[in-house]
Amino acid sequence: MESLKHISTLIKKDVVLELRQQYSLYGVLLYVAATIFVVYLSMGQPEEDVWNSLFWVVQLFVCVNAVAKSFLQENKGRMLYFYSIAGAKDFILAKLAFNALLMVVMTFLSLIIFCVLLGNPLQHMAQFIGIAALGGFGLSLVFTFLAAIAAKAQQQAALMAIMGFPVIIPQLLLLVKIARIAFSPIVQQGLLQMVLLLVGFDLLIILLAVILFPFLWKD
Amino acid sequence: MFESWFPPNFAVQKKRLQLLTRLSVQKKKPMIRQAWWKILSFVLLIYTCIMGFTVKIPVLDGRLQQSIRNLFFHVPMWFAMMVLFSVSVVYAIKYLNGQKPVDDFYATEYARTGLIFGSLGLVTGAIWANYQWGQPWSSDPKQNGAAIALLIYFAYFVLRGSVHDEEKRAKLSSVYNIFAFCMLFPTIWILPRLTESLHPGGQGSEGNPALNGKDLAPEMRMVFWPAVIGWTILGVWIATLRIRARILTEKLLSNG
Repeated sequence: MESLKHISTLIKKDVVLELRQQYSLYGVLLYVAATIFVVYLSMGQPEEDVWNSLFWVVQLFVCVNAVAKSFLQENKGRMLYFYSIAGAKDFILAKLAFNALLMVVMTFLSLIIFCVLLGNPLQHMAQFIGIAALGGFGLSLVFTFLAAIAAKAQQQAALMAIMGFPVIIPQLLLLVKIARIAFSPIVQQGLLQMVLLLVGFDLLIILLAVILFPFLWKD
Repeated sequence: MFESWFPPNFAVQKKRLQLLTRLSVQKKKPMIRQAWWKILSFVLLIYTCIMGFTVKIPVLDGRLQQSIRNLFFHVPMWFAMMVLFSVSVVYAIKYLNGQKPVDDFYATEYARTGLIFGSLGLVTGAIWANYQWGQPWSSDPKQNGAAIALLIYFAYFVLRGSVHDEEKRAKLSSVYNIFAFCMLFPTIWILPRLTESLHPGGQGSEGNPALNGKDLAPEMRMVFWPAVIGWTILGVWIATLRIRARILTEKLLSNG
């Protein structure tokens, strides 16, 4: 109960910070819009498969940019303060939840921009929205944890890409594969299995983050 | 007065102490320092290299033919890699529990040796695929999975390189090691099962990630499993040598 209160307070703090320092939120928004616009200028309105893979690649880069800063803005003194009032587990859970929220919002926004600029080849909009939410959620979890590691090292931005991209490939491949169902009326085999695998991935990452973050925290 | 400076039986005591320590060292020589498994590795690999090229191969339908001999050199690399990475993770967990620098050396060197074996596996596979599939890289799901695994562990070394404080480096890389291993597992063991693969042994989409042991002819099995054991022990041997060198360097540095 106590920790739930801590977590919700920490999430609220992040949301309020994000809303007050609007430059970083708008920065990510502009990044989303500009990236998709560049894709549109160079590709026009691509076919289904290209649309699908471009969507997920753009999500990947948006996620790296949106999530990477989440640990950078916390300086040492503030971290010590959080440590004394909340504890490592609450802190990382709050970060995971906030970044997941942020990333799901970004995913929806980029889905809208994608549909406006690159055309809408989707046959099952509702399904794709669900998959996109699940995907954004999973991506944000992985990158939140990696950002926590990278924040302790030099050259955080480069490290995020080096550590994150190989780790995320399996998830991204699964997502691209699952998302294909939204483009055609054909039912794909083993769909439930793949979705469960994805959910399992997410649970594994949350578990690992809760177990391992306390070690990263102390200096 | 001088007795406190030079105890009468000083020399005897010293000799006894030396003997005792030597004895205890001989008695408690850990398995990792014993010679028998290194000799076993050597013998097994000689056996593999001779039998691997001479054992009679059943020719089934003319597709694989003699190139199947690569099984004795390519597949054991992945077994060795998996074992070495697993040992590395165990030491990473140990480091986080105890914070002893030695555990970090172990984790690093096992990961490094695993990476070498993984690269060799990729290269031997690519050479084989060049003749069998027509090109070294066919974007086969298992090839891709293996390449991802190597990239993950290359990132581990980049991470180590980017942190200068030793304790911090050990801690960060241990955390990443555990995380990476948990991510690696689905990549190699689950994902390749979901898609069709060109690799022999797997039955279409239900393909086993490594190979189907039941498919092997008995003569081949007699060479294959010794090869797996031999290559794996060789990997452990290389890793332990590197760890010893590392510990000695560390001692030299801290003394000088």
